Amino acid sequence: MDNLLSIVTFIPALAALILTIFLRGDDEAAQRNAKWVAMFATSATFIVSLFILFGFDPADTGFQFVEQRDWLMGLQYKMGVDGISVLFVMLTTFIMPLTILASWNVTERVKEYMIAFLLLETLMLGVFMALDLVLFYLFFEAGLIPMFLIIGIWGGAQRVYASFKFFLYTFLGSVLMLVAMVGMFADAGTTDIEVLLTHQFASENFELLGIQVIGGMQTLLFLAFFASFAVKMPMWPVHTWLPDAHVQAPTAGSVVLAAILLKMGGYGFLRFSLPMFPIGSEVMTPLVLWMSAIAIVYTSLVALVQEDMKKLIAYSSVAHMGFVTMGIFAGNQQGVDGAIFQMLSHGFISAALFLIVGVIYDRMHTRNIEAYGGLVIRMPVYALVFMLFTMANVGLPGTSGFVGEFLTLMGIFQTNTWVAAVATSGVILSAGYALWLYRRVVFGDLIKESLRTITDMTTREKAIFAPLIVMTIWLGVYPSLITDIIGPSTTALVNDYQAALGMAEATTQHASN
Amino acid sequence: MIQSDLSVILPEIILALYAMAALLGAVYTSKDGMARLLTWVTGGVMVALAGWIASNGEGTNVAFNGMFVDDGFARFAKVAILLAAASVLVMSQDYMSRRGLLRFEFPLLVSLSVVGMMMMVSAGDLMSLYMGLELQSLALYVIAAMRRDSVKSTEAGLKYFVLGALSSGLLLYGASLVYGYSGTTLFSGIIQTAQHGEVSLGLLFGLVFLISGMAFKVSAVPFHMWTPDVYEGAPTPVTAFFATAPKVAAMGLFARVLHDAFGLAVADWSQVIALLSVASMFLGAVAAIGQRDIKRLMAYSSIAHMGFALMGLASGTVFGVQAMLIYMAIYVTMNVGTFAFILMMEKDGVPVTDIGALNQYAKREPGKALAMLILLFSLAGVPPMLGFFGKFYVLRAAYEGGLAWLAVAGVIASVIGAFYYLRIVYYMYFGDEGEGLDKNGSPVLWGFLMASAAVMLLGIINMFGVEGAAAAAAAALVN
Repeated sequence: MDNLLSIVTFIPALAALILTIFLRGDDEAAQRNAKWVAMFATSATFIVSLFILFGFDPADTGFQFVEQRDWLMGLQYKMGVDGISVLFVMLTTFIMPLTILASWNVTERVKEYMIAFLLLETLMLGVFMALDLVLFYLFFEAGLIPMFLIIGIWGGAQRVYASFKFFLYTFLGSVLMLVAMVGMFADAGTTDIEVLLTHQFASENFELLGIQVIGGMQTLLFLAFFASFAVKMPMWPVHTWLPDAHVQAPTAGSVVLAAILLKMGGYGFLRFSLPMFPIGSEVMTPLVLWMSAIAIVYTSLVALVQEDMKKLIAYSSVAHMGFVTMGIFAGNQQGVDGAIFQMLSHGFISAALFLIVGVIYDRMHTRNIEAYGGLVIRMPVYALVFMLFTMANVGLPGTSGFVGEFLTLMGIFQTNTWVAAVATSGVILSAGYALWLYRRVVFGDLIKESLRTITDMTTREKAIFAPLIVMTIWLGVYPSLITDIIGPSTTALVNDYQAALGMAEATTQHASN
Repeated sequence: MIQSDLSVILPEIILALYAMAALLGAVYTSKDGMARLLTWVTGGVMVALAGWIASNGEGTNVAFNGMFVDDGFARFAKVAILLAAASVLVMSQDYMSRRGLLRFEFPLLVSLSVVGMMMMVSAGDLMSLYMGLELQSLALYVIAAMRRDSVKSTEAGLKYFVLGALSSGLLLYGASLVYGYSGTTLFSGIIQTAQHGEVSLGLLFGLVFLISGMAFKVSAVPFHMWTPDVYEGAPTPVTAFFATAPKVAAMGLFARVLHDAFGLAVADWSQVIALLSVASMFLGAVAAIGQRDIKRLMAYSSIAHMGFALMGLASGTVFGVQAMLIYMAIYVTMNVGTFAFILMMEKDGVPVTDIGALNQYAKREPGKALAMLILLFSLAGVPPMLGFFGKFYVLRAAYEGGLAWLAVAGVIASVIGAFYYLRIVYYMYFGDEGEGLDKNGSPVLWGFLMASAAVMLLGIINMFGVEGAAAAAAAALVN
């Protein structure tokens, strides 16, 4: 199995190709076939990807399962996983069958729908496995195309605005990263990420257009990558595309967006920004930390006043991503571990929350909080599931949400107490909006006439939630499941980062003496 | 001596003789009745010549005391020109015949202009440069006005002619200045003059005028004004031709003059080209936003793309030339596919160019819509399509040439430009129910559309070897 990673990556694409070529017509049988092919392909991907997980050796902090082939222009087709990326790969393969299952009721252009999701899976997996800058960029950017179409074709009333905003916003962020990549290619002479991780980019201050750039080239490269990842993450104040995209996207699109696409930003910070530009990261850390703190408090407040359920959860996602960036740029073991943990846990929780909205949206065709109330009377199972994930979203101990928030806060407390203090207040606010949402939707009297005939979750819906519930609680009570795998890699990452900073400091002191 | 000279320009001679013989033959037989046959035969001759040039040429051969240069660079450009022209000819046939425009002059004028283009990319002297340029342009002026009874078409032809004459004047004036200050019209002589220390002011003046004239031919801003009108007015197959082969020839000529004649004064022209490049990219991106006519839109798109190709040239390096050649090869392939699609846009048998007519196209013709989607994203430079790699090459060239600001400007322009490509996708996939276009399309056009889209996807594996060929071509030009 020399090319296990490629196999996992391209199974969905292959299925998409088969659907494109062989599936004809749009009658019920064709639709059913499209769904089953997609279901089969995503499940097969998940099963094959288990080989990666079980074959992975956490103690080895280098890249594993590496494949390498020459490509154009001295670029390489190079894939590999390490402790940081392997679990994102697993998250992706785990979530995708659930999204397909959640899309079982789609009736419009089913074939194209399934093709878009299958291609999206290939591209997302590629992002987490690519070990070549340009290959990474290729997967990173190409993911915009299926997502653009998913929002634009199967989205809600404002879908055109949302899809254009989504595409252009993220595209603008990414192209600056492309220029930075060209610069890195010119500087290091290679685009091999493994080599670049050990390459020292210049960090001498210089003047650009009359402005003194502290940290020199590293800061500029950092900023260019930051433009891309901050939009993708998304961080305040460039998060405004996310609520629009989420609200307009179909349920499965929201799930993929929240659970996986947002994680690419955090993954990018860990893969590129921190290890490749330590000095630049150090220079920009206060800015990033305060942006995160503002994001946590501000978007939590915004979430409080939302009337649309999806928008509320979207803002809550931005807040939770604030914890991630905060943890990453704490630059210590707890912070980085917590950030990865938070990303994975948010992958399960936010996916579940969007699916929860999807369940009642499918029945009532509205996401307006006002339209609901008293659902517990007609939908007891639903109320239970909703409560579990509301609590997980708040960060109740015993759920995975708690571990991530706690670790990131602990990490940041050691480096920047003020940011930690502000961010902690965000935890309280998150309890506010999440519980209030729950109260308004689930509790109270069932007075709305239209809700009297609403039915509880079907077996299919229960089957979607079951794995998510298991994961949320399992990770909540046994976090070592994740930290054991990521631990050695994050330790190496943090040590390298601190060593680079220490070396830079020694050089400056030496120079000033 | 003469014999060896003639053997160097044999491909040009063959094509010119073929055009003349076919002209005579058609005039003395059934005239327009021959048009269909001639179109196919001309296409075949061009493909055969392209194959011959690609497989046979070796090293650098100079003819007529350096007036004509046949090197790897020229051969690369010639193959691209011939293939592009042949594709457009074959594509045009169905459209022309249903509009009653199937005239036997069209393939012959195209062949003559192709002879001019081949001269242009092989020019080693200001005289042969001008000769090639004018041969090309005269034929183009005529075919732009080919639909004689249409006001727009004649207007396009006239506009193109008047502005083209102006630009030729500029170019000639520049050539005379260059001759005056260097004492020779041979590129190899001019470069020697530049070698003796500083480039004199007069020579620089001449260079700037030469650049202006050539910028007109590639439709770079601020010499682009003719492009949208001519693209819109000319019959669509002619527009497709304008967008492909002449652009390659003009870029080839551009590179040849800059590197062969002024290769030692890179610092003097690099900034000028960079300015042309950045202005073209932004104008092409911004001005197209308001366009609803797909032909005008493609005109602005081509202006933006020329800006990117010039970015490679502006770097002044071997890699820059290679990047430019690769960019042009990809650009031509994309445009052939896109125009195949535009040629198929019809409603009740009448050509439609309003992009609003594409509403819900994807529902009726999923295959063609998908191919067009791939091409549009490729034009926008979104990975994983090949168009992205074209951009990546020129960005790298610019960055390594010390023009990082140009690279940043370029990517920002490409984001702005992405908007109008996305808008076409929007009409095809998200639009409201419209009246819709005819469900027709000749198999030839369908084939070109699909092949072009497939190249955009599969090309990312190894670019079909174009990369190596372009590298060799660039090395032959810059030394």
